[in-house]
Amino acid sequence: MLEGLLVGLSTAFSISNILMVVGGCLIGTFIGMLPGLGPMSIIAIMIPVAIGIGDPSAALILLAGVYYGAIFGGSTSSILINAPGVASTVATSFDGYPLARQGKAGKALTVAAVSSFSGGTIGAILLLIFAPMLASVALLFHSAEYFALMVVGLSAIAAFAGSGQVFKALLMTILGLMMATVGEGALFPMARFTGGIMDLQSGFGFITLAMAMFALPEAIYLVLDPKRSQQEDGSSTGEIKELRITREEARAIIPVIGRQSVQGFLIGVLPGAGATIASFLGYAVERNIAPKEEQEQFGKGSVKGLAAPETANNAACTGSFVPLLTLGIPGSGTTAILLGALIALNVSPGPRLMIDNPDIFWAVIISMYLGNLVLLILNLPLIPYIAKILAVPRNYLIPFILFFTLMGAYIGQNNATELLILVGFGVIATILRFADYPLAPLLIGFILGRMLEDNFARAMQLYDGPGFLWERPMTASLLVLACLLIFLPAYRARRARLRAEGVADAD
Amino acid sequence: MALDRWIALIFFLICGLYGYTAYFVMDVGLPPFMRNNPIWPSTFPKVLAILGMICSLVILFGFEKDEREPEAMDINYRRLTDYNLGQAILLITLMVLYAFSLRPVGFVASTMLFLIMGAATLGERRFFILIPVAAIAAGGVWYLVQEVLGIFLRPWPMAFGG
Repeated sequence: MLEGLLVGLSTAFSISNILMVVGGCLIGTFIGMLPGLGPMSIIAIMIPVAIGIGDPSAALILLAGVYYGAIFGGSTSSILINAPGVASTVATSFDGYPLARQGKAGKALTVAAVSSFSGGTIGAILLLIFAPMLASVALLFHSAEYFALMVVGLSAIAAFAGSGQVFKALLMTILGLMMATVGEGALFPMARFTGGIMDLQSGFGFITLAMAMFALPEAIYLVLDPKRSQQEDGSSTGEIKELRITREEARAIIPVIGRQSVQGFLIGVLPGAGATIASFLGYAVERNIAPKEEQEQFGKGSVKGLAAPETANNAACTGSFVPLLTLGIPGSGTTAILLGALIALNVSPGPRLMIDNPDIFWAVIISMYLGNLVLLILNLPLIPYIAKILAVPRNYLIPFILFFTLMGAYIGQNNATELLILVGFGVIATILRFADYPLAPLLIGFILGRMLEDNFARAMQLYDGPGFLWERPMTASLLVLACLLIFLPAYRARRARLRAEGVADAD
Repeated sequence: MALDRWIALIFFLICGLYGYTAYFVMDVGLPPFMRNNPIWPSTFPKVLAILGMICSLVILFGFEKDEREPEAMDINYRRLTDYNLGQAILLITLMVLYAFSLRPVGFVASTMLFLIMGAATLGERRFFILIPVAAIAAGGVWYLVQEVLGIFLRPWPMAFGG
């Protein structure tokens, strides 16, 4: 482990890779501030660039930098103009925006930067400790277990989708899996479900799908509803003053940061939970355990209420790298895109990654510390200027978002059919968003689909039938867990409803 | 019937079509040596089709109760005409036109046109700013992609052989 750490240190501290981190953080922060471009879209846009670099560790370091930068950038726009560009920063705006309205925007941004930094750094330390452990457990896994584990991951994603959404998320996952079966697979020497269309021979492009699921619907939403990119009363947020945190405030947020780093990290490790849930849960937990008089401050500009989701979402981002790097399972849409990028770079994430490519594995972890440090150094002095980018007029912003979306799918392929597929799926994805269907599960299903089927097929061949499903204890228990994950939320919601009805009757 | 259930119905039909292909069409062309395998190319799709149909039926019949409050940020599709629907449709059309023009017109010219017309659709009228911005963006991206990253991107119209 120490040897690997040293290899990683030397890789991460090379001049070009430090530049990658700095560049990634800068790009991520600036694009992340634009409402509508979350980490998922930004990483998708950056993938052709990253693949163009060729060196997998440099590419992954760049993308990790972009990821952190984007998360922080998203917080900036939710604090300054109450426009959370990303779901995971919605909780940030609960207390960040009131603080900005009180003329404490500078302080709010500083609290956000410091808590992001602490969350990310503590998360990276936890990753350093736990990733090898998880990886050694993962080595015990065979095709059958991998298949089961992916089923668990996919059901967890559906189960965490929220009440009333479980089956929608499940359906989207299955559709993603179906889309993954289009084209030629590795195991069968025939093309499937292409309908005779030559362009589908190699299947759907994953960048195309990623753009169509996220960037395009968000851009269409921005066009449809101009208020999304504006402040409610149209006024400016005023001067940014009062950058410093007082000693009392520091004392108040330190325990919050400590708790939320660990909690956020653990939630991030779970496949499917991710930064959004971590930030909401962090906010909720801190509000519940705060003393009564502080509880009332939440939502009106509490420093604690701002620090909690910020710490948690950054720690969760780091945590989500654990299943990605050690098991090859992406825990969120963003890490799913990263997984796709890894595969495109000829790196197969999984338990062997640490052994076969220690430089990649450790360099990414080291670059997370660097990324967090760079973010803090960059952002503190830049805070007053950062806000300026939000003033890019909407008339310019939207065509450029659309242009970059299309470019992501076009660069390197020179295939205009891909763009038509993108626009078509983008329109479908927008309609699905109208109807409240979650889109991330579809993409995760699509990306995992090939691996899921390959492992399933391999296990079927080894056991000459579906016997492995119940003959291997670990496979069976994982599959039972998957079923529990899907049906438990429905059962609990039902019980809660029945109990609520019972109380009403008693009254 | 709400939009999400219409969509569930459509997905049910898609799953049905997919399942029909998996169950009745795909196996016809299967080479004889593969027939003894425990797994066929159609095995996994068969399972998926069944699962997909079950899920879409659950949504279609509303077995799962949705108790969340609608979010303020969300767009209400029932009042779609209250939003800038025309602009959105125009922009989508522009994207399709852009896809068709990339090859014959070349990257630089079609990108400039796309950016200018896109901004104009949204109401931008200060062309003396817009045109230089679009030109710099199109040229800059082409330079970055072709010269810095070394990915081929046809810059000029096909007739010029670019």
